[in-house]
Amino acid sequence: MIELLYGLQSTYLGVLVALILCTSFGIIRIILGPTTPDRVVGVDTINTIIIVAMVAFGAAFYEVIYIDVAIVYALLSFISTLFIAKYLEGGHL
Amino acid sequence: MIFDIIIYTMLCIGVFFNLLAGIGLLRFPDVYTRLHAGTKCTTFGSIFVIGSVILIGLKAWWHGDVNGSVIALHSAVALVAILLTNPVGAHAIARAAHRSGVEPARAVVDDLKDKRTGKKKRNNNAGSSNEKGE
Repeated sequence: MIELLYGLQSTYLGVLVALILCTSFGIIRIILGPTTPDRVVGVDTINTIIIVAMVAFGAAFYEVIYIDVAIVYALLSFISTLFIAKYLEGGHL
Repeated sequence: MIFDIIIYTMLCIGVFFNLLAGIGLLRFPDVYTRLHAGTKCTTFGSIFVIGSVILIGLKAWWHGDVNGSVIALHSAVALVAILLTNPVGAHAIARAAHRSGVEPARAVVDDLKDKRTGKKKRNNNAGSSNEKGE
């Protein structure tokens, strides 16, 4: 049933290129960011874009395993964001 | 045919909003406005991109492939994970940034800071005409 997706595979790879461009914007913000919360905002945005890119990659090659990795990545990035925010507040971990 | 048009339109909307998030992350002057751009736009764009993946899975399932239903269901779970975790993380970052002392750029009224430092409200001595004007 992969022949249904012949036209859509190159489309999803183009979407991946555009999402990598967004990720490069976030990396520029991490390098330039004046304060520490600016960098955390850049990391959070990059995490969300990487999740979307993983799902698009799984659709392009019609594999389920990339989408499973995206689910686990979403939950782990959420926990890491919460811990970094707790550390910035000055609380104990 | 109409299905492919719907999928291409959703992909265009999703990529446009993700690019908007990147540009806003570069151009805005402040932590809070950058958070506003980087969280809301990526959430809205990811709804459309993952929605197109769900539609592809449903189309493959309709044509008789069982893997299509698995792709659609797992993409829906990933979308729910993004929708639940993204606003909570953004709220935690904004709260931590305000508590660690980052001031909003060009802000006039900062009610949370006044509340934390125990200061009274600013328009006490401005009279009641100001409140009526608002």
